[in-house]
Amino acid sequence: MAKQRVMVIGGGLAGLAATMKLAELGIAVDMMSLVPVKRSHSVCAQGGINSVNDLTRQQGDTEWQHFDDTVYGGDFLQHQPPVKEMADWGPKIIDLMDRLGVPFNRTQEGFLDRRRFGGTLYKRTAFAGATTGQQLLYALDEQVRRWESAGLVRKFEYWDFLGPVLDGDGVCRGALGQDLVSMEIRSFPADAVVVASGGCGLIYGRSTMSMVCTGSAVSRCFKAGAKYGNGEFIQVHPTAIPGADKLRLMSESARGEGGRVWVPRKPQDQRDAKSIPESERYYFLEDRYPKYGNLVPRDIATREIFDICVNEGLSVERDRQCVYLDLTHISKRELDRKLGGILDIYEKFQGVDPRTTPMKIFPAVHYSMGGLWVDYQRTAAGGLQIGSPKTHVTNVPGLYAIGECDYQYHGANRLGANSLLSCIFTGLVVAPAIETLLKNNKKAAADLDASLFESARRDKQREHDALLRRTGGGENPYVIHQELGDIMTRAATVVRRNAQLDAAYDKVCELEARAAKCSLSDSGNWTNQNVVFTRALIDMFPIAKTILKGARMRDESRGAHFKPDFSMPGLKATDPAERRREAEAWCDQFEANTNKWLKSTISTLKGTEPEITYEDVDTSIIPPRPRLYGLVGAELIEEVWKNRLAAKKPLAASA
Amino acid sequence: MAASHDHSHGHSNGNGHANGHSDGHADSNGHGKPDSFEVRILRQDGPGQASYWERHRVAYEPDMNVISVLQRIASKAKTVDNEQVAPVAWECNCLEEVCGACTMVINGRVRQSCSALVDRLLTDNPGEIELQPMTKFPVVRDLVVDRSRIFRALQRVQAWVPVEGYYDMGAGPRQSQEQQEQSYPLSECMSCGCCLEACPQYLKVEIAREEGETDEQFAERKKAAYDKNFVGAHAISQAMLFNSHPTGRMNAGERTDALMGEGGLQICGNAQNCVAVCPKHIPLTTSIARAGRATTVRMIQRWFDK
Ligand SMILES: Cc1cc2nc3c(=O)[nH]c(=O)nc-3n(C[C@H](O)[C@H](O)[C@H](O)COP(=O)(O)OP(=O)(O)OC[C@H]3O[C@@H](n4cnc5c(N)ncnc54)[C@H](O)[C@@H]3O)c2cc1C
Ligand code: SF4
Ligand code: SF4
Ligand code: FES
Repeated sequence: MAKQRVMVIGGGLAGLAATMKLAELGIAVDMMSLVPVKRSHSVCAQGGINSVNDLTRQQGDTEWQHFDDTVYGGDFLQHQPPVKEMADWGPKIIDLMDRLGVPFNRTQEGFLDRRRFGGTLYKRTAFAGATTGQQLLYALDEQVRRWESAGLVRKFEYWDFLGPVLDGDGVCRGALGQDLVSMEIRSFPADAVVVASGGCGLIYGRSTMSMVCTGSAVSRCFKAGAKYGNGEFIQVHPTAIPGADKLRLMSESARGEGGRVWVPRKPQDQRDAKSIPESERYYFLEDRYPKYGNLVPRDIATREIFDICVNEGLSVERDRQCVYLDLTHISKRELDRKLGGILDIYEKFQGVDPRTTPMKIFPAVHYSMGGLWVDYQRTAAGGLQIGSPKTHVTNVPGLYAIGECDYQYHGANRLGANSLLSCIFTGLVVAPAIETLLKNNKKAAADLDASLFESARRDKQREHDALLRRTGGGENPYVIHQELGDIMTRAATVVRRNAQLDAAYDKVCELEARAAKCSLSDSGNWTNQNVVFTRALIDMFPIAKTILKGARMRDESRGAHFKPDFSMPGLKATDPAERRREAEAWCDQFEANTNKWLKSTISTLKGTEPEITYEDVDTSIIPPRPRLYGLVGAELIEEVWKNRLAAKKPLAASA
Repeated sequence: MAASHDHSHGHSNGNGHANGHSDGHADSNGHGKPDSFEVRILRQDGPGQASYWERHRVAYEPDMNVISVLQRIASKAKTVDNEQVAPVAWECNCLEEVCGACTMVINGRVRQSCSALVDRLLTDNPGEIELQPMTKFPVVRDLVVDRSRIFRALQRVQAWVPVEGYYDMGAGPRQSQEQQEQSYPLSECMSCGCCLEACPQYLKVEIAREEGETDEQFAERKKAAYDKNFVGAHAISQAMLFNSHPTGRMNAGERTDALMGEGGLQICGNAQNCVAVCPKHIPLTTSIARAGRATTVRMIQRWFDK
């Protein structure tokens, strides 16, 4: 049998972790990436990476608690075994990254320093200055370069993944790619293909994501029959710096290190922020969420900032919506040591020093919880069966998905600093899965009839040639992209309403038809960025429609998906007995809603239309409970809920 | 010493636009922004072809950077003379100056285009912005250059920690805050190439593809050529980063050897242009000095070992 090879699409944290681990297992890997892997989007991550650690343990923290925070933060919409496994691996992954040379910040004694992130009460987050993602990515990039030098890894950088090669049985046998320089289209035989292509923020026009985060690779798998899960769950980060080309993130660590969010009590108070006295400032997060304060989970912080500006009219500026994020009460030295990098970004792009002047920020699209549907195999203990070939395989055999582009781990809402963890974790666990797959493989892809690869290549070549020749339609892809972004941002971010979603769907379909008439301003066959962008744009539509349709059909509020028409308000009554009755009714409704909606949205592309079905969620380890951050009457509802749970299963109410 | 690092290269481009500071320019009208401004771009259709200047007019918007300027140009793809042209090719990704992709020469200075704010560029040089590709790397097309040599240099100096494997072996070596504060800045190098563009000793290596050569053969020939030439300040600094890591130190000798070989440290003329242009303020000359000491020690060691 010819030598087996694996093709990894994308070299962010997930793709690099998978490649490094596969190489260690002696498996040859090809990597394909739009940009040199060292320039992948993961470099943007600023804040840090979570795990239980020696310090938090002594405060009562455990892997179980991290697991619990993650599923609670995600509103229970994720299969629990993989999440449990991830939380268990957390400390080991940070140890590994430490060994690989990541310059994590240190305590005076030389241990890893930690900070607190949203959605937890523990200081779980390890960090390297304010460029944790960059540092983690570089450490993995270095290891992969080491394997590249040793000849086990080949890189195809500046290549665009065009789709999987499927054989007659629908098994993935390779990948198609296009060289972005010579525009050559090639078919790569591969015994497994791992898609690690990151998020799809560019569907929203501007977001906190990098320019290659178009979701194109995922969309091409979706078009080839892979299922897409939980598309409607798009995280909007509460604090970004509004910009013309990009909405640059202001990391949650700014709040983790003590940053306070406020607005002047007087609408559009024109005074200099620093001269507004404490009594005339409204610290609305601290006021509304005394327990978590400025560190409430992202969906809640986002909604509150949105609410303060849009509904209460308290935006700091009149023609641009924003609130203050204030660090000026912290010493400069400490800020430089812990947040230097991100404060430099603010200063560099806004021309204002956030150490002395409160920053102005507003929410922006940030993370895709949804992604390609992937499988797993559960152990009796409720964890992941490591080495099972089912780990992270899509419904297309041989095609795997990891990192931000899979739908696992974060449910309806991702906790800060959990994504870097899930990216590295999934990279590490997909490798032994593939090792098993290759062991059981009877025939190497390289031994298959060459016509399979050649005919797949020819199809793509024809599509490409047709796109190049397209003239006369007159539509401009850049303009269409902007319109798509505007529609998606208005209808499918912080607040969602059915009428708007319906209208947005129609408009997106119109845009899709127009995108098919794009004329290219470059018809050459050398570094033609115009055709690559246009193709990525065309491939945004299946995912955009999946997001809208999933959101339209989900008549409830869960995590990042908030529908005011279907949300459950807090308690109103003041009379204790009546209040208790309301709490009981609230819990009844919660149970009914759980039965109806605690399901993953699964989308399959039929022609050009996504078809939606639902999948039950494995919540067998931690029973779902209401997510009550800041709701009026939360304590009482919680009490009623616990009583109910105790009555059902005496041991379950451990949290 | 603080030589004109901006222009060690010599594109003859008719308009001898110099070091970003033409003194005594009239600040158009004090306040009030222009309605539009002109962008001059040095274009090239492919490797080995002639380059040519092209002018575009872009409508002014607040908060623009050079990336948004290039986006506007791509979306219009028409020159000042209203001639339809192929969109300009350029690279970018993060738009936050952390990925290093978007490096180019802007108003004569090598830098990242995502952090080049139009307001500031127009204050320094009213009415016009000039963009050219980096000159030390072969042009692929327009503003896109082939910087694979930068990554090859990282292989040459074995810029990694040689851990035994990726199974759980407990935490890494304990390190002081001081050690972290020393290595962190070096570890921020994003392989952008600014330091190389500015270095008088770093010369362009451009290998033309030969008839009938496969991709692999061409890549091998390129690597061989790169390996004979100067590794560059970024790689010297990376070698020092890993030589100071408790585990990385274990093959410090090999890294130092690499710096003593052909195209190594001895090429550096200590002009210090590199450190002046590094967007991450990496103390490159400190690294170079350390590397100098390390090679001296290594030389004596080798002499004794004979
Ligand atoms: C500004 C910002 C800050 C963040 N901060 C944090 C944080 O502090 N903590 C945390 O846990 N998470 C954070 N996140 C989230 C986290 O950074 C990402 O989820 C994570 O980096 C994704 O990694 P990845 O490996 O899945 O993909 P990416 O790093 O996005 O890499 C994707 C790869 O796929 C390639 N690719 C894509 N499409 C194609 C194609 N068509 N063909 C070929 N290749 C392709 C790209 O070239 C790239 O190499 C942050 C996100 C943002 C936007
Ligand atoms: S100090 Fe050395 S590496 Fe730096 S610019 Fe001068 S010659 Fe080049
Ligand atoms: S040392 Fe500085 S200038 Fe040189 S490649 Fe690294 S970041 Fe760029
Ligand atoms: S786009 Fe990443 S550095 Fe400019």
